[in-house]
Amino acid sequence: MVNVVASTPGLFPLPDWAKSELADLKGHQKSDLIDGSESEDVTAVYDRARSAVIERQKEAGLDRIVEGQLRWDDMLAHPLCVHDNVETRGIIRYYDNNNFYREPVVTGPLTQSGDMARDLNRVGGVSGLQAVIPGPYSLFDLATDEQYGDESAFIAAIGEFLAGEISEFPSVETIVMLEPSLVEAPPDDSLAPRVSEAIDTVASATDASVICQPYFGALDEKVHAHLLDADIDAVGYDFITDHEQSLYNINEYGTKSEIAAGVVDGQNTRVEEVSTIHERIDWVRENTPAASFETIYVTANTGLFYLPESRFEAKLDVLAAASEYEEVHAYND
Amino acid sequence: MLTMTDVREQFRPEDHPHDHFLLTTVVGSYPKPKWTDRVRDIHDGEIDCDASFDEDHWQEAADDAARLITQEHERSGLDVIVDGEMRRTEMVEYFAHRIDGYELNGPVKVWGHNYFDKPSITDTVEYDEPWLVDEFEFTDAVADRPVKVPITGPYTLTNWAFNETDRTDEALATDVAALVNEEIEQLVSAGARYIQIDEPALATTPNDHTIVGECLEVIADGIPADVRLGLHVCYGDYSRIYPEILEYPVHEYDLELANGDYEQLSVFTEHEFTKDLALGVVDAHTASVEPVSQIKANIEKGLEVVPPERLTISPDCGLKLLPRDVAYGKMENMVKAAREVEAELDAGTIDVPARAMQADD
Repeated sequence: MVNVVASTPGLFPLPDWAKSELADLKGHQKSDLIDGSESEDVTAVYDRARSAVIERQKEAGLDRIVEGQLRWDDMLAHPLCVHDNVETRGIIRYYDNNNFYREPVVTGPLTQSGDMARDLNRVGGVSGLQAVIPGPYSLFDLATDEQYGDESAFIAAIGEFLAGEISEFPSVETIVMLEPSLVEAPPDDSLAPRVSEAIDTVASATDASVICQPYFGALDEKVHAHLLDADIDAVGYDFITDHEQSLYNINEYGTKSEIAAGVVDGQNTRVEEVSTIHERIDWVRENTPAASFETIYVTANTGLFYLPESRFEAKLDVLAAASEYEEVHAYND
Repeated sequence: MLTMTDVREQFRPEDHPHDHFLLTTVVGSYPKPKWTDRVRDIHDGEIDCDASFDEDHWQEAADDAARLITQEHERSGLDVIVDGEMRRTEMVEYFAHRIDGYELNGPVKVWGHNYFDKPSITDTVEYDEPWLVDEFEFTDAVADRPVKVPITGPYTLTNWAFNETDRTDEALATDVAALVNEEIEQLVSAGARYIQIDEPALATTPNDHTIVGECLEVIADGIPADVRLGLHVCYGDYSRIYPEILEYPVHEYDLELANGDYEQLSVFTEHEFTKDLALGVVDAHTASVEPVSQIKANIEKGLEVVPPERLTISPDCGLKLLPRDVAYGKMENMVKAAREVEAELDAGTIDVPARAMQADD
């Protein structure tokens, strides 16, 4: 029996009311974005918005609940952009999307900041709490280094930084580590082992299950092999963008006993039928005869902030419903 | 057979003071007067207000704003003007409301607290009512100068939308291109002679120039030869699209280059620029007015790429995010700079490197 767990990779859109309230309170310019020292008024809006998205996830019936990363104005670059020893410079394109973030330039040591832990601590008691963090390689890729001097030192420092951050987390069930840069700008052969070590450093700092989720496509096979060397509990696969190569990676190199299956499109408003999601899970299982999955996290392939609020909520609902998964075929597990 | 120069010369004012003619224009959008935004909010019910305010009132306000900004453009001395897109909201959203097959589901984030109503394409796209004919006819009637019509291009209209259909993104873009073609035919019947296709999504994704090229073939099909077609592109990596774009069936390329301090200019000098260049000579993202001397130096950058008879002078991009006085100041200084450069060209005191380069060929 496979355990199907309904989850999301976080990075939620703000509720529409919070979009306007925060735009009015904070402004629209580069200098108005979150820097970790926001006013009480702004904090209060984020608290209400966080409660709202948590309630909405409970209402949908998701097995994993995230705090939504609603403060992450700079998306995955957030933990660096709010750091005291990081300067933010120009607005630059976020991957190949029509989104932009402030370039974080690391100008001093990446000491512990506690920013992500503070947001998680404001959640209160929620069962199935899941933390979401940027993976060390994606942070490395999105940032510029003016402190550590070489790539190996910089990626190691980011790994240590993230390990420090999660050591302050309250008790969480799972941690999803988002790593789109592993797909979009894969590390070369010399850097790939260092990336794997950095991911290991982060994963070793917690007792929670760690899911490393790359997206915007499938991993290059070598990068996939290196990722499996890291002491993580699950690997995520973006079956929406590139199902064939994702499948190839699993069949050729194996995977962990748990996977996160990105089978709901985080970047398209078309809402999947629950039956379609089940067919996609069936397809993955049927076509990976050598694999035996203990757990499949059914999730969206990317963060959900790309969507308008109504469609985002509809996606939460279908993901939750998809965890009611009946075994329709005899599998090898 | 009309030459490129003829298609351009129709816009030379009768009282133009110089032999040389550097056509001055703008990309399109312009800051809306505050009252226009507030009145729209009241009309859309976004502000609680007891005052009765119906569709006719809104039309009257939009006409007033369009008249005001059209005249503001003329006052700055521009040769070809627009109405500052006073009736339009956002460059994709405005058209999504008018094309059957598009649906709007609410705002999505671009960056920080900047959002737009990114539409979803859920069905076959079809042409219903004209998009811009009323806008053009009004502007043309109140303007003394020729009017340019900016239209968001099919690649951007599909690339910046969610595709919920079973059509590929490329096929959808071609479908929308056919609608743009129909709209341009209507605009031309109404008297439009200068159309600018805005494709900010171009040059952001590898090989997208092929899709845009196919779309432009559809767009230009059957459009009379004396109608000037331009293509506006901004903030991309131009080396991805040049020189391939020279094959497009348009007369002019309007490019953002001032914002990057002309770092990408060399892309266009490596291979002869065989069409007209509308050069961005003022930055649409800095809220200070460049001095005339600075703009003149920028115009001379354009003369490295094309000779003066193929150089159009324009801001980098739409000016709508600037304070209105700064936007006006940029237009005014831009025109002054162009007129001074024309006088110096007449007097033969400015070099035209592009001409020397062509003579060498």
